[in-house]
Amino acid sequence: MHHSARERTLWSIGLLIVLLFALIPVIWIISLSLKTPATVTDKSFIPTEFSLENYKGLFEGGINDSPFIRPLINSIVIAMITTFISIVLASLAAYAIARLRFPGRQLILAGALAVAMFPPISTVGPLFDMWRTLGLYDTYPGLIIPYLTFSLPLAIYTLVAFFREIPWDLEKAAQVDGATQFQAFRKVIVPLAAPGMFTAAILVFIFAWNDFLFAISLTSSDASRTVPAALAFFTGDSQFTQPTGNIAAAAVLVTIPIIIFVLIFQRRIVAGLTSGAVKG
Amino acid sequence: MADIVLDHVTKRFPDGYEAVKSMSLEIKDGEFMILVGPSGCGKSTALNMIAGLEDVTEGELRIGGDVVNDRAPKDRDIAMIFQNYALYPHMSVRENMGFALKLAKIDQKEIDKRVEDAAETLDLSEHLERRPANLSGGQRQRVAMGRAIVRDPQAFLMDEPLSNLDAKLRVQMRTEVAELQSRLGTTTVYVTHDQTEAMTLGDRVAVMRAGEIQQVGPPQELYNEPKNLFVAGFIGSPAMNFVVASAEGDTLKLPFVDAPLTDDMREAIKDHDGSVLAGVRPGYFEDAALVEDDKDGVPFKAKIKLIESLGSELFAHFALEQDPNQIDKTTTEAGLDELSGSSLDTIVARLDPASKIKRGDEAELWLDPSKILLFDPESGKRLNTGNADANDDENDDENADDGETSSGSERPDQSEDDSHGAGEADTDTPSKGTDRGTDTKPEEPGGERADQT
Repeated sequence: MHHSARERTLWSIGLLIVLLFALIPVIWIISLSLKTPATVTDKSFIPTEFSLENYKGLFEGGINDSPFIRPLINSIVIAMITTFISIVLASLAAYAIARLRFPGRQLILAGALAVAMFPPISTVGPLFDMWRTLGLYDTYPGLIIPYLTFSLPLAIYTLVAFFREIPWDLEKAAQVDGATQFQAFRKVIVPLAAPGMFTAAILVFIFAWNDFLFAISLTSSDASRTVPAALAFFTGDSQFTQPTGNIAAAAVLVTIPIIIFVLIFQRRIVAGLTSGAVKG
Repeated sequence: MADIVLDHVTKRFPDGYEAVKSMSLEIKDGEFMILVGPSGCGKSTALNMIAGLEDVTEGELRIGGDVVNDRAPKDRDIAMIFQNYALYPHMSVRENMGFALKLAKIDQKEIDKRVEDAAETLDLSEHLERRPANLSGGQRQRVAMGRAIVRDPQAFLMDEPLSNLDAKLRVQMRTEVAELQSRLGTTTVYVTHDQTEAMTLGDRVAVMRAGEIQQVGPPQELYNEPKNLFVAGFIGSPAMNFVVASAEGDTLKLPFVDAPLTDDMREAIKDHDGSVLAGVRPGYFEDAALVEDDKDGVPFKAKIKLIESLGSELFAHFALEQDPNQIDKTTTEAGLDELSGSSLDTIVARLDPASKIKRGDEAELWLDPSKILLFDPESGKRLNTGNADANDDENDDENADDGETSSGSERPDQSEDDSHGAGEADTDTPSKGTDRGTDTKPEEPGGERADQT
């Protein structure tokens, strides 16, 4: 494809605007996190004094007293469990929807979509009462279950699209080669759907990782509070100081795993694993 | 190794469409059986049923004497080669070929040995560690073959295994498949829409149309004694020409020439009012200038609209004027419209390459009418033996004729579902320029003709 110079300039400008729009808040947060408490409100974009105090503060007191470590662990564990369960269930469901002909296939897909459309805020109140009664309030399952509810449709949708792309003949070949339906799924279909699985996994992980609504409503202590909720409970050094720097530092830190996660799996997502399966 | 028996096997899809209708076929142990037919004729469905990838709706399917109707593919001990090869892209060639053995929990050393032996046979030894994506089309095809042969299965099922290869490679692989099969002696069912493959590969060929077997027999038998118009038109390249013909006195009136009516023909159409369809193979024609005088035949003039020269032979196309209404009426049931490359308004003649005839010439051609086959225009059933000479001399052939025609008579009323061919049942990929005869011909006569008219 050839673009004229003019066209390229226009595209570049557009790209630059989008990049700035997306990155300035991130840079602003990083900048804030590096400022000392005294200069936090000096309105300068680049810190006049660099300091890592805010970061150190997050980890002070070790696992028991630090306001950050415990929620970080909660976040990691909850997001990972959610991702794992969600992908396992979603891949089975998506496989069935993509491969098997059964009545109500479309209905299931539509139902999943409807669930995803449901405003989460409307479920928080009932959940709060139910969880208290059931003893799920302020526990890991108490968060994992609603996360699954909202992430499964997403994962199923993504995976159905991927499964549909896989030539069905591969599965037939595996069956003729002596595989049971499940073996064919596990040894042929799943490896080939890996890019889709990673895509779905990232989406689910980010969803669970970033959630604030459920985390703030259904937790009450560090037993299960995740980072986004914990940030709201940060306190300053004294009653009169805002913990702006600490919050910024924590925000930067919670973003890092996501970035790493995406960078690691990006190549796997992009890699066209299915190429060469059939004559192309 | 085992025989495969289909006993009135029917496949009906949930929407009611019958892809395979009460198909009975016996494939002997070690036999190379070809299922051939146009797209949507049910041949792939039949193969999938043998493999266990499709359920059998009615009838009985036996492999090696065991009824396997309800057996999963993995318990049938058959290997299948797919049109698109269906190689596992995430596995190396070695893993691809060894996958079935690994699933069968065979010792790794044994797997390695068998895979390496097969790779040796198929000239793949250097590529064992490569992924399918890095192989050429021919190599992928070989890997698919290798995957089948390492297992030493009861039977090979091949679903148009060569149709994704280019013409040259296809001819080469065709030979290799034939050699391999005869060396291994494994029962093989081979599905194709390419009549050249059917003719060259099979011990026997089953021609299918709209879910029904039209005729089963050795290739030459299908060519010489097709039971009906469909088989006649499907087998042979270029395809048999069909023209509307009628008998008047001692002559058979063809649209381009009047030919003498042989006893064989007269006998065949004596109870037949009106016109019949005459099947004239391209090889019955010759350039009149090159025919020895003492040969029996009729000369005629024709305006040549296209010449295709292949070096070793030469095809001359000339147009006919036939009443299209009459043709429409007579051919749908018989299946003529399903035969690509068979059109009623153009005749293809095969001439000696020494012929000087050129495009646009008002050329003098010559026809040997003795082998012309006559077909019932409604049922498509063959009426005569096409064996005029023998018929004159010996009476035995007369009897053979009767037997032949009566055995072909079971077909006529069973073709209501011609219009199908799409939808779920259509597991055949439409031919991509791999119509009959593209192996040997640079251009497709059908398309060419359309351009000319």
